Amino acid sequence: MSDELPPTLIPRIAPMFRLQWEEAQNCHVLLYPEGMVKLGGSAGEILKRIDGKKSISTLIDELKAQFPGVPLEADVHKFLETAYGNGWLRSESK
Amino acid sequence: MAMVGSVPNQSKPLWLLAELTYRCPLQCPYCSNPLDIAKYKEELDTEGWLRVLREARKMGAAQLGFSGGEPLVRQDLEILIAEGRKLGYYTNLITSGVGMDEARIAAFKEAGLDHIQISFQASNEELNNYLGGSDSFQHKYDMARLVKKYEYPMVLNIVIHRQNIDQIEDIIKMTIDLQADYVELASTQYYGWSKLNEAQLLPTREQLARAERIAHEYQERMKGRMRILYVVPDYYETRPKACMNGWGSIFLTISPDGSALPCHAARQLPGMTFPNVRTHSVDWIWNQSPTFNFYRGDNWMQEPCRSCPEKTKDFGGCRCQAYMLTGDATNADPVCDKSAYHAELVAQVDAMTMKPLSSRDTKPLVFRNMRNSKELASA
Ligand code: SF4
Ligand code: SF4
Repeated sequence: MSDELPPTLIPRIAPMFRLQWEEAQNCHVLLYPEGMVKLGGSAGEILKRIDGKKSISTLIDELKAQFPGVPLEADVHKFLETAYGNGWLRSESK
Repeated sequence: MAMVGSVPNQSKPLWLLAELTYRCPLQCPYCSNPLDIAKYKEELDTEGWLRVLREARKMGAAQLGFSGGEPLVRQDLEILIAEGRKLGYYTNLITSGVGMDEARIAAFKEAGLDHIQISFQASNEELNNYLGGSDSFQHKYDMARLVKKYEYPMVLNIVIHRQNIDQIEDIIKMTIDLQADYVELASTQYYGWSKLNEAQLLPTREQLARAERIAHEYQERMKGRMRILYVVPDYYETRPKACMNGWGSIFLTISPDGSALPCHAARQLPGMTFPNVRTHSVDWIWNQSPTFNFYRGDNWMQEPCRSCPEKTKDFGGCRCQAYMLTGDATNADPVCDKSAYHAELVAQVDAMTMKPLSSRDTKPLVFRNMRNSKELASA
């Protein structure tokens, strides 16, 4: 992919959104004005690690340590691209 | 026929709308509040609301809207916001901005308020103040600036009708100037006060076509920076809106006196008694009450909806509209062109909108206020 997200990029949750674990839905959700996105298991695992300090490569290292042997790098990139595309994530440089 | 309790209810009241009061300093002639607002003097107290928030949250409610009337009239709003946020709700304040000041905006932030929606009546002072029946434009403008200064996500809502639709471009420019994150250009829905004023509020097809074109232009231009939602009046459509995403499916409205409604317009439906949180738990109201089960699912449907493949998409449309326009709330919403009443609706709307605008203007707008509410009740 030509415009792949640089590994040094530091994502944070955009101010419009709030991430939380939602017991009644049994999943992580993103809440925003008058709406809610339910997140799949891996999306939740990725987003909950995003704190505005860790870079993408750090996030991927953490996930690899948590789920050893799982080839997750491409999927994480794909999800992060969707998340930026939807405006869920922001970065100072993006 | 409604089959009460025949289907286990899987739905959750994800959206809790707390109509804290019907008191309001404005008098919008399209207000969706009921005509008999003057009767709602006995508002739930702080404790009552706190209990509603806790019970609904336990059942899975995630979005909490504070509206009215004007919610800022309630002096316990800060307490309710703080508890809502503590419980894990995403808290939305839906306000006209009148009654707000910087101290309160700061206090709401402190309490954890997530989002503020401010409504404007128009993009210029004169029309805004005329429609709202009060000198509020400049104040709203100042408040919107402060909302951004305090870094809230901000939604601006403008109800669109014949009297302001030709200024849609100015309205959008105003929302850009105010740096809204999200703009709702919502065509008037004809319930409550707007039904009274329908002939003066319903735009013509030409006005709509023009407004739609301009709204779409700006949607393109603002992509990625500001979202613009443009809702056309469904009278001009051929399929109804999926009203409330289905009856008793995700929306729960509690009105100022504690009565619970599946939709804030549902009060006009015949033969319904609305359960009250003063006498029942939110759980019973949502899951067990006859009212919330009445139009839940599709057992109540008649033809053409009953055998229609689209019934899982639009749920037969709006019950209130079906009742208002066909006299039977179990009919298909006549916006649908499969409805036997659709042709009649189109003819009615045409008759109303084809008349020269000047002749439609002779009837004055009825403004939403307690005096008019009392007069209507005694008429
Ligand atoms: S629509 Fe206007 S009158 Fe009705 S509650 Fe809102 S601000 Fe008040
Ligand atoms: S017939 Fe009923 S269910 Fe089918 S599209 Fe029309 S309103 Fe919807």
